[in-house]
Amino acid sequence: MADTFRGMWVVAYRELLRFISERSRIFSSFAMPLLFLVIFGAGFNRIIGSLTPGVNFIQFMYPGIIAMTVLTNSVMSGLSVVWDREFGFLKEILVAPIGRSGIVLGKAVGSAAVAVMQGIIMLVLAPILGVSLTPLLVVKLIPMLILISVSLSGLGILIASRMRSQQSFQIIVQIIIFPLIFLSGVFFPVNSVPTWLAVISKINPLTYGVDAIRQLFLGREIAAMGGAMGGNFAIGVTVFGHTMTIIEDMLIVVILGVILLSTAAWSFSRQE
Amino acid sequence: MNIIEVEGLSKNFGHLVAVDKVDFQVAEGEIFGFLGPNGAGKTTTINMLCTLLTPTGGRATVNGYDVVRQRSEVRRSIGLVFQEPTLDEYLTAEQNLRFHAYAYKIPGEIREKRISELLDLVELSDRRKSKVRTFSGGMKRRLEIARGLLHSPRVLFLDEPTLGLDPQTRRHIWDYVLALRKQHSLTIFLTTHYMDEAENCDRITIIDQGHIIALDTPDKLKDALGGDVITLKAQDNNAAVLELKEKYSLSPVIENGTITFSVPQGEKFLPKMMGNFQSPLVSISLRRPTLDDVFLKLTGRAIREEGAGIKELAMKVRAMRGHGR
Ligand SMILES: Nc1ncnc2c1ncn2[C@@H]1O[C@H](COP(=O)(O)OP(=O)(O)OP(=O)(O)O)[C@@H](O)[C@H]1O
Ligand SMILES: [Mg+2]
Repeated sequence: MADTFRGMWVVAYRELLRFISERSRIFSSFAMPLLFLVIFGAGFNRIIGSLTPGVNFIQFMYPGIIAMTVLTNSVMSGLSVVWDREFGFLKEILVAPIGRSGIVLGKAVGSAAVAVMQGIIMLVLAPILGVSLTPLLVVKLIPMLILISVSLSGLGILIASRMRSQQSFQIIVQIIIFPLIFLSGVFFPVNSVPTWLAVISKINPLTYGVDAIRQLFLGREIAAMGGAMGGNFAIGVTVFGHTMTIIEDMLIVVILGVILLSTAAWSFSRQE
Repeated sequence: MNIIEVEGLSKNFGHLVAVDKVDFQVAEGEIFGFLGPNGAGKTTTINMLCTLLTPTGGRATVNGYDVVRQRSEVRRSIGLVFQEPTLDEYLTAEQNLRFHAYAYKIPGEIREKRISELLDLVELSDRRKSKVRTFSGGMKRRLEIARGLLHSPRVLFLDEPTLGLDPQTRRHIWDYVLALRKQHSLTIFLTTHYMDEAENCDRITIIDQGHIIALDTPDKLKDALGGDVITLKAQDNNAAVLELKEKYSLSPVIENGTITFSVPQGEKFLPKMMGNFQSPLVSISLRRPTLDDVFLKLTGRAIREEGAGIKELAMKVRAMRGHGR
C-alpha cells in the first residue's frame, strides 16, 4: 500500500516535470477547443440566438469546451505511457518497487494535474465571452475538473496498456474520442434533440461531466428559469424524467473513473 | 549463501524456447558473465531474474527472494542496466537520478549526497543539469550505471553494458565495475558478446540457443581446450584438415576459410609440424587460447561480434547489387 502510494506520487511528479520541460505542449493542447469555440461560436451564435433567456450559444458551449479540453488532455495522457514504452523508460518504472496500480494512478494523477491546469487556463476567455466568473465558481470547478480528468485518464491508460506505437494510440484515441465528445452535449442541449440522438448522448458518460460543468457555470440562469426541475429544456440532462443534479452527474463520472482505472491497472499488470 | 540460485528456469514465447531449463548459482561478490551470440537467451534470463518476465518453468531466487512470489523484495535488491537505453531523455541527469531515488525510497538525508557521489563516480558531475538528450552514448551508459547503483543494490545486472561504446569508454566502464566490486562486495551479473570483456569475469556461463553449454572460470574454460591455438590457411583447406586429422589425430574446425585447432605446447608442435606437412599453406599463426576459441570449439560456430556481423552484411549487400547489374 505504501509502495503504491509512493509510486503514484513519483510517477505523477515526473509527469509534471515532463510537462514543464515541454512548453510547446501547453499551447498545442488549446488549438482544438479554441477552434471549436471560434468556428461554432461565430457560425451559429447569431442563427441560434439565445437558448435560454440570458444564455447565447457561445455561453452555452463554453463550459462544454472547458470540459472538452480537460477530457481530451486526460485521454491523451495515455500517450505518455506509449511514449515511455517506445523510449524504454517504462522499464525503469516497471522494475521499480512501486507496483502496477501505483504506476497507473500516478499517470492518472499527473496527467489530471496537467489537464486541470489547461482547463483553468481556458477560464481567461470567460470575460471575453460575457460569462461571469466568481471565486466560488472557480473553487467549485477545480475539484470537478480533477474528478473528470482522473477518471478519463483511466481511458487513455487503458488504451495505452495495449498499444506499442504512438501512431496506433493516436488513431484509436481519435476514433474513440471524437464520437464521445460530439455526443456529449458540448454542442447541443441533450434534452432538445431527436430521441435517438438524446438516447445515445445519455448513454455516453461524458455527457454528465459536461452537464455538471455547464450547470456550475449557468446555474443562475437555470434558477432564473424557475429551478432545475421547472421545465428547463435547454440546459440539463433529464434521465427517466429526472433532471440530474451536479452531485448526481459527478457520481456517474466517479463510477466511470473507478471502472476505467481498475480495468487499466488490471490490463497493465496482466502483460509482462 | 548464493545470492542468485536458478533451477530449471525456462521461458517459452509461443513455440520458441528462448531459455531451456538452465541451472546455475552465483556467489555473493562474484562477477558472473553470460556469454552468447544474438538470440541466445541472455536478456530473457535477466528479465526473468529481475521480475519483468514470468518464467514458464523452474524457479529462481535473488538475494533469497523468489522472483515470482516476492517481486517487490527482489526489485529492491537489484540494480539494472538494460540492453536498450531506459533514461528519460527530456529530463536532466539529476532529475533522472532523483526519480529513481524517490521510486526506491532513498531517505531524504542521504539522497542528494548519494546522487552527487555517483555522478562523481561516473564523471558526470559537470553535466548534472543537462538534459540527457544532449549526452553521448557513453555518457548515457555511465548515467544508467550510476542510476542502477543509487539504491545500493546487492546485485547489479548489466545487459551488454558496453555495447556500441569505443574501446576507451569500455575500459572506463570496466574500471568502475571492478572498483565497485572491491568497495561494496557487490555481485555483478553481466551479459556480453565481447570475449575480451568476458575475461574480466570470475566465472562465465556460455549460453547458446537457450542452453548452458559451459560454466567455469575463464582460465579453466581455456585450459579445457588443451593448450594453444593454431590457425592456418591452406591452398586446399579440406586436404589440410584431412592431413591434420590423420597425421596428428587433431580435431580441426573450418570457420570463415581458416582452420583452427588446439594443441598442447604449440611452440614445440609448430616447428615439428612444418617439417613434414604436405598440403601447401598460405598462412599460419600460433596464439594463447581465447574465449572465442572456447565458443568455437563448443558450438562449431564463431560467436558473432557486432563488427563481424556488419561486415558480413555489407558483403551480402554488395553481392546482391552485383546480381542486379
Ligand atoms: N517478447 C518476445 N516475444 C517473442 N520472442 C522473444 C521475445 N523476447 C525475446 N524473444 C526471442 O527469444 C530469443 C532469445 O532472445 P534474447 O533477447 O534473450 O537474446 P539475447 O541473448 O539477449 O540476444 P542479444 O545478444 O541479441 O541481445 C530470441 O530468439 C528472441 O527472438
Ligand atoms: Mg540481449
